[in-house]
Amino acid sequence: MPDYEVEVKVMPRKSLLDPQGQTVEHALHALGFEQVRGVRIGRAIKFSLSSASAEEAERSVRAMCQRLLANPVTEDFFIAVKEAP
Amino acid sequence: MIRVAVVRFPGSNCDEDTLRAFALAGAQTYFVWHRERSLQGADVVVLPGGFAYGDYLRAGAIARFSPVMDSVTDHARAGGPVLGICNGFQVLCEAGLLPGALTRNAGLTFVSRPVRVRVEAIDTPFTRCYPPGAIFTLPVAHGEGRYIAPPEVLDELESEGRVVLRYVEGTNPNGSANDIAGIANRERNVVGIMPHPERAVDPLLGSADGFMMFVSAVQSMALTSGGGP
Repeated sequence: MPDYEVEVKVMPRKSLLDPQGQTVEHALHALGFEQVRGVRIGRAIKFSLSSASAEEAERSVRAMCQRLLANPVTEDFFIAVKEAP
Repeated sequence: MIRVAVVRFPGSNCDEDTLRAFALAGAQTYFVWHRERSLQGADVVVLPGGFAYGDYLRAGAIARFSPVMDSVTDHARAGGPVLGICNGFQVLCEAGLLPGALTRNAGLTFVSRPVRVRVEAIDTPFTRCYPPGAIFTLPVAHGEGRYIAPPEVLDELESEGRVVLRYVEGTNPNGSANDIAGIANRERNVVGIMPHPERAVDPLLGSADGFMMFVSAVQSMALTSGGGP
Protein backbone atom coordinates (compact mmCIF):
# COMPACT_ATOMS: atom_id res chain seq x y z
CA MET A 1 0.00 0.00 0.00
CA PRO A 2 1.35 3.40 -0.87
CA ASP A 3 2.35 5.85 1.81
CA TYR A 4 0.65 9.21 2.03
CA GLU A 5 1.73 12.38 3.76
CA VAL A 6 -1.17 13.95 5.56
CA GLU A 7 -1.50 17.45 6.90
CA VAL A 8 -4.58 18.44 8.86
CA LYS A 9 -5.23 22.05 9.77
CA VAL A 10 -7.59 22.58 12.67
CA MET A 11 -8.87 26.14 12.94
CA PRO A 12 -11.26 27.79 15.39
CA ARG A 13 -14.61 28.35 13.69
CA LYS A 14 -15.00 31.79 12.23
CA SER A 15 -17.99 32.56 14.46
CA LEU A 16 -15.94 31.82 17.56
CA LEU A 17 -14.15 34.50 19.51
CA ASP A 18 -10.43 33.80 19.10
CA PRO A 19 -8.68 35.80 21.83
CA GLN A 20 -5.33 34.32 20.92
CA GLY A 21 -5.74 35.50 17.32
CA GLN A 22 -6.85 38.93 18.51
CA THR A 23 -3.87 39.25 20.80
CA VAL A 24 -1.47 38.35 18.02
CA GLU A 25 -3.23 40.81 15.72
CA HIS A 26 -2.71 43.61 18.21
CA ALA A 27 0.92 42.62 18.59
CA LEU A 28 1.41 42.73 14.80
CA HIS A 29 -0.21 46.16 14.66
CA ALA A 30 2.11 47.35 17.41
CA LEU A 31 5.05 46.15 15.32
CA GLY A 32 3.87 48.33 12.44
CA PHE A 33 1.99 45.70 10.41
CA GLU A 34 -1.17 47.72 10.61
CA GLN A 35 -2.89 46.30 7.56
CA VAL A 36 -3.38 42.89 9.20
CA ARG A 37 -6.97 41.87 9.98
CA GLY A 38 -8.79 38.77 11.13
CA VAL A 39 -5.93 36.79 12.67
CA ARG A 40 -6.95 33.29 13.73
CA ILE A 41 -4.69 30.66 15.14
CA GLY A 42 -5.12 26.94 14.86
CA ARG A 43 -2.90 23.91 14.75
CA ALA A 44 -1.32 21.66 12.16
CA ILE A 45 -1.21 17.90 12.62
CA LYS A 46 1.04 15.95 10.29
CA PHE A 47 1.55 12.25 9.86
CA SER A 48 2.14 9.44 7.37
CA LEU A 49 -0.58 7.01 6.51
CA SER A 50 -0.49 3.77 4.51
CA SER A 51 -3.61 3.48 2.45
CA ALA A 52 -4.92 1.78 -0.68
CA SER A 53 -5.62 5.11 -2.39
CA ALA A 54 -5.66 8.86 -1.84
CA GLU A 55 -9.47 8.77 -1.63
CA GLU A 56 -9.41 6.10 1.05
CA ALA A 57 -6.69 8.02 2.90
CA GLU A 58 -8.86 11.12 2.89
CA ARG A 59 -11.90 9.20 4.11
CA SER A 60 -9.83 7.76 6.92
CA VAL A 61 -8.41 11.14 7.90
CA ARG A 62 -11.88 12.70 7.83
CA ALA A 63 -13.01 10.04 10.32
CA MET A 64 -9.98 10.82 12.49
CA CYS A 65 -10.91 14.50 12.46
CA GLN A 66 -14.52 13.82 13.30
CA ARG A 67 -13.67 11.50 16.17
CA LEU A 68 -10.59 13.04 17.70
CA LEU A 69 -8.54 15.65 15.92
CA ALA A 70 -11.16 18.42 15.83
CA ASN A 71 -14.07 19.38 18.05
CA PRO A 72 -17.00 20.17 15.72
CA VAL A 73 -18.49 22.64 18.20
CA THR A 74 -15.43 24.86 18.14
CA GLU A 75 -13.28 23.89 15.17
CA ASP A 76 -13.19 23.35 11.42
CA PHE A 77 -10.67 21.03 9.82
CA PHE A 78 -8.93 21.03 6.45
CA ILE A 79 -7.24 17.94 5.05
CA ALA A 80 -4.37 17.74 2.59
CA VAL A 81 -3.26 14.30 1.44
CA LYS A 82 -0.39 13.72 -0.94
CA GLU A 83 1.57 10.71 -1.99
CA ALA A 84 4.84 10.35 -0.16
CA PRO A 85 7.84 10.94 -2.44
CA MET B 1 -23.81 3.13 52.16
CA ILE B 2 -23.90 5.11 48.96
CA ARG B 3 -20.99 4.17 46.73
CA VAL B 4 -19.19 7.00 44.96
CA ALA B 5 -16.57 6.22 42.31
CA VAL B 6 -14.00 8.91 41.55
CA VAL B 7 -12.41 8.23 38.17
CA ARG B 8 -8.70 8.89 37.83
CA PHE B 9 -7.14 9.71 34.48
CA PRO B 10 -3.41 10.17 34.06
CA GLY B 11 -3.10 13.83 35.01
CA SER B 12 -6.20 14.10 37.21
CA ASN B 13 -5.17 16.01 40.32
CA CYS B 14 -8.36 16.89 42.20
CA ASP B 15 -9.18 13.24 42.77
CA GLU B 16 -8.11 13.11 46.42
CA ASP B 17 -10.00 16.28 47.38
CA THR B 18 -13.09 15.05 45.58
CA LEU B 19 -12.93 11.64 47.25
CA ARG B 20 -12.55 13.30 50.62
CA ALA B 21 -15.49 15.64 50.04
CA PHE B 22 -17.79 12.70 49.34
CA ALA B 23 -16.39 10.78 52.31
CA LEU B 24 -17.11 13.80 54.52
CA ALA B 25 -20.66 13.72 53.20
CA GLY B 26 -21.02 10.13 54.37
CA ALA B 27 -20.44 8.15 51.18
CA GLN B 28 -18.34 5.05 50.67
CA THR B 29 -15.71 6.34 48.28
CA TYR B 30 -13.11 4.73 46.03
CA PHE B 31 -11.00 5.45 42.98
CA VAL B 32 -11.46 3.85 39.57
CA TRP B 33 -8.44 3.96 37.27
CA HIS B 34 -9.29 5.08 33.74
CA ARG B 35 -8.24 1.74 32.25
CA GLU B 36 -10.71 -0.27 34.32
CA ARG B 37 -13.95 -1.29 32.71
CA SER B 38 -16.01 -1.77 35.86
CA LEU B 39 -17.29 0.97 38.15
CA GLN B 40 -17.65 -1.62 40.93
CA GLY B 41 -21.28 -0.95 41.69
CA ALA B 42 -21.03 2.81 41.89
CA ASP B 43 -24.17 4.75 42.71
CA VAL B 44 -22.54 8.05 41.77
CA VAL B 45 -19.67 8.59 39.33
CA VAL B 46 -17.41 11.63 39.46
CA LEU B 47 -14.89 12.86 36.92
CA PRO B 48 -12.58 15.10 38.93
CA GLY B 49 -10.54 18.16 38.02
CA GLY B 50 -6.99 18.17 36.72
CA PHE B 51 -5.17 17.85 33.44
CA ALA B 52 -6.04 14.43 32.04
CA TYR B 53 -3.49 13.56 29.34
CA GLY B 54 -1.94 16.95 29.92
CA ASP B 55 -4.92 18.54 28.16
CA TYR B 56 -3.08 17.52 24.99
CA LEU B 57 -4.92 18.25 21.72
CA ARG B 58 -7.90 19.67 23.68
CA ALA B 59 -8.82 19.31 27.32
CA GLY B 60 -10.66 16.02 27.73
CA ALA B 61 -10.30 15.05 24.06
CA ILE B 62 -8.23 11.94 24.74
CA ALA B 63 -9.63 11.06 28.17
CA ARG B 64 -13.08 10.64 26.66
CA PHE B 65 -11.79 7.53 24.90
CA SER B 66 -10.44 5.89 28.07
CA PRO B 67 -11.83 2.37 28.61
CA VAL B 68 -13.70 3.43 31.77
CA MET B 69 -15.78 5.90 29.76
CA ASP B 70 -17.86 3.07 28.28
CA SER B 71 -19.09 2.22 31.77
CA VAL B 72 -19.51 5.87 32.66
CA THR B 73 -21.65 6.33 29.56
CA ASP B 74 -23.74 3.23 30.40
CA HIS B 75 -24.21 4.50 33.93
CA ALA B 76 -25.30 7.91 32.60
CA ARG B 77 -27.66 6.40 30.03
CA ALA B 78 -29.25 4.30 32.78
CA GLY B 79 -29.98 7.48 34.71
CA GLY B 80 -27.14 7.20 37.21
CA PRO B 81 -25.77 10.47 38.61
CA VAL B 82 -22.53 11.65 37.01
CA LEU B 83 -20.69 14.79 38.11
CA GLY B 84 -17.89 16.30 36.05
CA ILE B 85 -15.83 18.96 37.85
CA CYS B 86 -13.66 21.27 35.74
CA ASN B 87 -11.57 18.82 33.64
CA GLY B 88 -14.39 16.34 34.30
CA PHE B 89 -16.86 18.77 32.71
CA GLN B 90 -14.51 19.05 29.73
CA VAL B 91 -14.41 15.25 29.40
CA LEU B 92 -18.22 15.03 29.56
CA CYS B 93 -18.58 17.59 26.76
CA GLU B 94 -15.97 15.89 24.60
CA ALA B 95 -17.72 12.57 25.23
CA GLY B 96 -21.04 14.04 24.13
CA LEU B 97 -22.69 13.35 27.49
CA LEU B 98 -23.22 17.10 27.77
CA PRO B 99 -23.70 19.54 24.87
CA GLY B 100 -21.34 22.33 23.89
CA ALA B 101 -17.66 22.70 24.61
CA LEU B 102 -15.22 24.36 26.97
CA THR B 103 -12.60 26.48 25.30
CA ARG B 104 -9.74 28.86 26.14
CA ASN B 105 -10.60 31.61 28.62
CA ALA B 106 -11.40 34.85 26.81
CA GLY B 107 -8.70 36.65 28.78
CA LEU B 108 -6.20 33.97 27.78
CA THR B 109 -4.88 33.68 31.32
CA PHE B 110 -5.36 30.79 33.72
CA VAL B 111 -7.80 32.09 36.33
CA SER B 112 -7.52 30.84 39.86
CA ARG B 113 -9.71 32.70 42.34
CA PRO B 114 -13.01 32.55 44.21
CA VAL B 115 -16.09 33.48 42.19
CA ARG B 116 -19.70 34.17 43.13
CA VAL B 117 -22.09 31.71 41.54
CA ARG B 118 -25.83 31.28 41.62
CA VAL B 119 -27.38 27.84 41.65
CA GLU B 120 -30.33 27.77 39.29
CA ALA B 121 -31.34 24.20 38.50
CA ILE B 122 -32.07 22.46 41.80
CA ASP B 123 -33.63 19.41 40.21
CA THR B 124 -30.34 17.56 39.90
CA PRO B 125 -28.88 15.08 42.41
CA PHE B 126 -26.02 17.49 43.09
CA THR B 127 -28.00 20.67 43.74
CA ARG B 128 -31.27 19.48 45.22
CA CYS B 129 -30.41 20.64 48.75
CA TYR B 130 -29.57 24.21 47.79
CA PRO B 131 -32.24 26.89 48.12
CA PRO B 132 -33.24 27.94 44.58
CA GLY B 133 -31.28 30.97 43.44
CA ALA B 134 -28.78 30.66 46.26
CA ILE B 135 -25.65 32.70 45.67
CA PHE B 136 -22.38 31.52 47.12
CA THR B 137 -18.63 31.37 46.61
CA LEU B 138 -16.63 28.65 44.94
CA PRO B 139 -13.07 28.72 43.63
CA VAL B 140 -12.29 28.33 39.95
CA ALA B 141 -8.93 27.28 38.57
CA HIS B 142 -8.90 26.88 34.83
CA GLY B 143 -7.39 28.02 31.55
CA GLU B 144 -10.10 26.52 29.34
CA GLY B 145 -13.34 27.23 31.14
CA ARG B 146 -15.23 29.32 28.61
CA TYR B 147 -18.44 27.47 27.83
CA ILE B 148 -19.70 27.80 24.27
CA ALA B 149 -22.47 26.13 22.31
CA PRO B 150 -24.49 26.84 19.17
CA PRO B 151 -27.24 29.43 19.78
CA GLU B 152 -30.00 26.83 19.56
CA VAL B 153 -28.29 24.72 22.23
CA LEU B 154 -27.94 27.73 24.51
CA ASP B 155 -31.63 28.52 24.00
CA GLU B 156 -32.53 24.95 24.81
CA LEU B 157 -30.41 24.95 27.98
CA GLU B 158 -32.07 28.14 29.14
CA SER B 159 -35.64 27.27 28.23
CA GLU B 160 -35.33 23.79 29.76
CA GLY B 161 -33.83 25.16 32.96
CA ARG B 162 -30.62 23.17 32.55
CA VAL B 163 -28.18 25.83 33.64
CA VAL B 164 -27.08 24.50 37.01
CA LEU B 165 -24.61 27.18 38.03
CA ARG B 166 -24.20 30.69 36.67
CA TYR B 167 -21.51 33.26 37.41
CA VAL B 168 -23.15 36.19 39.15
CA GLU B 169 -23.35 39.23 36.84
CA GLY B 170 -19.98 40.84 36.38
CA THR B 171 -17.97 37.97 37.83
CA ASN B 172 -17.63 35.73 34.77
CA PRO B 173 -13.96 34.74 34.89
CA ASN B 174 -13.64 33.33 31.38
CA GLY B 175 -16.19 34.79 28.94
CA SER B 176 -18.54 31.81 29.16
CA ALA B 177 -21.69 32.17 27.07
CA ASN B 178 -24.61 33.42 29.17
CA ASP B 179 -22.26 33.37 32.20
CA ILE B 180 -22.76 29.62 32.36
CA ALA B 181 -20.66 27.89 35.03
CA GLY B 182 -22.36 24.50 34.93
CA ILE B 183 -25.08 22.60 33.08
CA ALA B 184 -27.10 19.41 33.18
CA ASN B 185 -28.29 17.01 30.51
CA ARG B 186 -31.97 16.76 29.63
CA GLU B 187 -32.56 13.96 32.17
CA ARG B 188 -30.78 16.01 34.85
CA ASN B 189 -28.57 13.14 36.01
CA VAL B 190 -25.37 14.30 34.31
CA VAL B 191 -23.98 17.58 35.60
CA GLY B 192 -20.83 19.40 34.58
CA ILE B 193 -19.47 22.43 36.44
CA MET B 194 -16.28 24.44 36.09
CA PRO B 195 -15.89 25.65 39.72
CA HIS B 196 -14.43 23.36 42.37
CA PRO B 197 -16.90 22.53 45.15
CA GLU B 198 -14.43 20.02 46.61
CA ARG B 199 -12.18 22.97 47.46
CA ALA B 200 -14.98 24.63 49.43
CA VAL B 201 -16.01 22.04 51.99
CA ASP B 202 -14.61 23.62 55.14
CA PRO B 203 -14.35 27.17 56.48
CA LEU B 204 -10.64 26.48 56.82
CA LEU B 205 -10.51 26.49 53.00
CA GLY B 206 -12.22 29.86 52.79
CA SER B 207 -15.68 28.55 52.02
CA ALA B 208 -17.82 25.56 52.89
CA ASP B 209 -20.41 26.52 50.27
CA GLY B 210 -19.50 23.56 48.08
CA PHE B 211 -20.19 20.93 50.70
CA MET B 212 -23.91 20.87 50.00
CA MET B 213 -23.22 19.49 46.53
CA PHE B 214 -21.79 16.31 48.02
CA VAL B 215 -24.47 16.07 50.67
CA SER B 216 -27.14 16.51 48.00
CA ALA B 217 -25.76 13.62 45.98
CA VAL B 218 -25.56 11.26 48.93
CA GLN B 219 -29.02 12.25 50.11
CA SER B 220 -30.58 11.90 46.70
CA MET B 221 -29.18 8.37 46.34
CA ALA B 222 -30.33 7.44 49.83
CA LEU B 223 -33.85 8.53 48.92
CA THR B 224 -33.72 6.68 45.59
CA SER B 225 -32.61 3.46 47.21
CA GLY B 226 -35.60 3.82 49.49
CA GLY B 227 -33.96 3.96 52.85
CA GLY B 228 -31.15 5.23 54.97
CA PRO B 229 -27.54 5.57 53.99
